[in-house]
Amino acid sequence: MSANNCRAVKVISNKPLGLSSPGEEIVELKLEYPDWKPGWRAGQFVMIRPISWPLDLVWGRPFSICNADETSLTILFQVVGRGTARLLELKEGDEVNIWGPLGNFFSKPQNRPVLMLAGGMGIAPFCGYVDSHPQPENLKLFFAHRPPLENYPYKGISGKVDVEDIRETKPTDIPAIIARVEELVKEYADNDGLIVACGPTPFLKTIWNAANKYGADAELSLENRMACGVGACLGCVCKDGDDHHTQVCTTGPVFKANNLSLEG
Amino acid sequence: MDVSIDFAGLKLKNPILTASGTFGFGLEFKRFGDLESLGGIVVKGLSLKPREGNPMPRIAETPCGMLNAIGIQNPGVEEFINKKLPKLPWKTLPVLANLYATDAAEFGELAGVLAGEEGVAALEVNVSCPNVKEGGIAFGQDPRQITKVAEAVKKNAGNKPVIIKLSPNVTDITVCAKAAEDGGADGLSLINTLSGMAVDIERRTPRLANVIGGLSGPAVKPVALRCVYQAVNAVKIPVMGLGGITTAEDAAEFLLVGAKAVQIGTGNFLSPDTAFKVAEELSKVLERVKAESIDEFIGSLQLPK
Ligand SMILES: Cc1cc2nc3c(=O)[nH]c(=O)nc-3n(C[C@H](O)[C@H](O)[C@H](O)COP(=O)(O)OP(=O)(O)OC[C@H]3O[C@@H](n4cnc5c(N)ncnc54)[C@H](O)[C@@H]3O)c2cc1C
Ligand SMILES: Cc1cc2nc3c(=O)[nH]c(=O)nc-3n(C[C@H](O)[C@H](O)[C@H](O)COP(=O)(O)O)c2cc1C
Ligand code: FES
Repeated sequence: MSANNCRAVKVISNKPLGLSSPGEEIVELKLEYPDWKPGWRAGQFVMIRPISWPLDLVWGRPFSICNADETSLTILFQVVGRGTARLLELKEGDEVNIWGPLGNFFSKPQNRPVLMLAGGMGIAPFCGYVDSHPQPENLKLFFAHRPPLENYPYKGISGKVDVEDIRETKPTDIPAIIARVEELVKEYADNDGLIVACGPTPFLKTIWNAANKYGADAELSLENRMACGVGACLGCVCKDGDDHHTQVCTTGPVFKANNLSLEG
Repeated sequence: MDVSIDFAGLKLKNPILTASGTFGFGLEFKRFGDLESLGGIVVKGLSLKPREGNPMPRIAETPCGMLNAIGIQNPGVEEFINKKLPKLPWKTLPVLANLYATDAAEFGELAGVLAGEEGVAALEVNVSCPNVKEGGIAFGQDPRQITKVAEAVKKNAGNKPVIIKLSPNVTDITVCAKAAEDGGADGLSLINTLSGMAVDIERRTPRLANVIGGLSGPAVKPVALRCVYQAVNAVKIPVMGLGGITTAEDAAEFLLVGAKAVQIGTGNFLSPDTAFKVAEELSKVLERVKAESIDEFIGSLQLPK
C-alpha cells in the first residue's frame, strides 16, 4: 500500500483572533499533526474538508500551512463564504479530512535580504517562514491589511523581524500602498534581495508589475480556486511565462514572477 | 466476495474505475492509495495536438455538484504516450485512454495512434463534451455522427475495445446508445456532464468565463442512473455507469440497474482516496445486501409488477 497522505485528524482548537467582526472573522484552526513524513515547507498548503460536511460542499478548501510541529498543524482562515462559515463551527474533537502537504514553497536563501510582502490573509505562510528561516535578521515584512492588527497572528512575527504595516480603511488608501510596494520592490531589486509575496490577486499584480519593471527576483503565491488540489482537474490554472496554462496547485502555488503571467 | 468482472473483453479485478478529467493521468493519486487496487483508470481526455483549454474561471461549486468548463486542456497524445504512460503500472492496472477530436476522421486518426500502444487497455471516445465548440455536445446529440465516430474509431483501434461515452443532454438516450452499437462500439459509458450555468448576482457575471459548463457530482446521480437504466435495456453491449458516485453504495446502485462497471469522477475531489475506498468497500456492500455474486447482482433490479 502506498503512503496515504489523506487522513482524518481531530480539531485541537478553533478560535477567532482579536475582535474579529461577525461574518468576517479571522480564525486560527489548530489540528492534530497528520503524521506527514518527511515534513512540510513554508508556502505549501493543505486541502481540508471536515467529515461533517454534507454533499452540498463538494470540494475541500485550500489553506496555507501557517505553522506546524510534531503535534499540531495551524491554519489561519477568514470567513468569506459557505465553506469558511462552516469551518468556523468546528469544535474541539471534531474530525477533519486533510490532504497535503501540497504544492511548492518559498525559497530560503542564505546571506541575502528577503522582503516578505503580505496582503491580508497572505500573512499566513509567513508565520512558518519566519520560524523556519535560519537568518531572521535578514528578513523584513511589509504587511497591508484591512482589519486591525490584533486580528492577525502578527505578534509571532513582529518580535522576530523588521516590520512595516499599512492599514487600508478606505479605497483611497490603495494608491499609497501601491506606491510603497513599488518602492520596496525597487529597493530589493537594487540590493539583490529576494521578494516573497502572498495576498489577493490585485496586490500580487502590483508586485508582479513592479518586479518586471525593476528586474526583481520575486516569488508570488497565488490563491486560485481549487477542486482537487493535486493537479488532476485543471480547474486552478494560471498562465506561465510562456503563456501556457499550468496548475497552480502543483506547479505553484509559489511562482517566480518571471515564470508567470498576471496580465489581464 | 470476488468482484472481478469482464467488460467487453477487459478483465477488471473490480468494477471501480476513475472518470476522465478527474483523476489526471493517475500519477497524481499515487500518494493517496494503491493505483493497482482499482479496476482501472480513465485518463484525462487526449487530442492529437496539445490544447490549452478555456480561460479562467473554469470551475464553480454548485449545490451537491460542480460546473466545469476546462475545455479538454491536455498535452496531446504523443506526450501522453512518451511521458505519462510509461510511469503507470499498466501491466497490472488497465489504463483507458479518453479520446477527443472534432470530426470522425480525426477520431479515427487518434485511435490509430493509440492502437499500437501496449499500455492502453481500451479506448473511451468522448462525443459529449459540453465545453468545446467543435466535436462537443452538438456532435454527441446527433445519432448519425455517433455511428460515424464509432465506425471510424473501431476501424483503426486494432484489437482494443472501443467504448463510446454518451451525453445525457439528449431527448432519448436509447437512440444514441443504439447509434453507438450500430457503429460497432464494444461498450458504452454514460453519463458525461449535464449542460449547466451559474451566475454571480453581486458582480452580475457568469461564474464561468465560458458562461456555460458541465454539471457533475451527486446532483446528477438520479439523471445518470436513469440514463444507464434506459441504455442497458436498449443495447446488448455492456455499459459503464457514472455520475455522482461517492460511496460503494452509490456504485452498487448503478450495478443494480445494469451497469457492469462504474467510474468515480467528482467524488475524487471530496477526498483524493474516494475511489480507493469505494473499490475496497464494494464487496462488503454486496455481501450486506445478500448478493450471491457480482454477476447475479448486476441488473437484478426488481421492477414493480
Ligand atoms: C494555495 C492557497 C492557499 C490559501 N491560503 C489561505 C489562508 O491561509 N487563509 C485564508 O483565509 N484563505 C486562504 N486561501 C483562500 C481560501 O481557500 C478561500 O478563501 C476559501 O476556499 C473560501 O471558501 P468559502 O467556501 O468560504 O468561499 P466560497 O463560498 O466558495 O466563496 C465566497 C467568496 O469568496 C470568493 N473566493 C473563494 N475562494 C477564493 C479564492 N481562492 N480566491 C479568491 N476568491 C475566492 C468567491 O469568489 C466568493 O465571492 C488560500 C487559497 C489557496 C489556493
Ligand atoms: C473537471 C472535470 C473534467 C472532465 N474532463 C473530462 C474529459 O476530459 N473527458 C471526458 O470524457 N469527460 C470529462 N469529464 C466528465 C467526467 O468524466 C464525468 O463523465 C462526469 O463528471 C460525471 O461523473 P461524476 O459526477 O462522477 O463527476 C470531466 C469532469 C470534470 C468534473
Ligand atoms: S485544483 Fe485541480 S488541478 Fe489544481
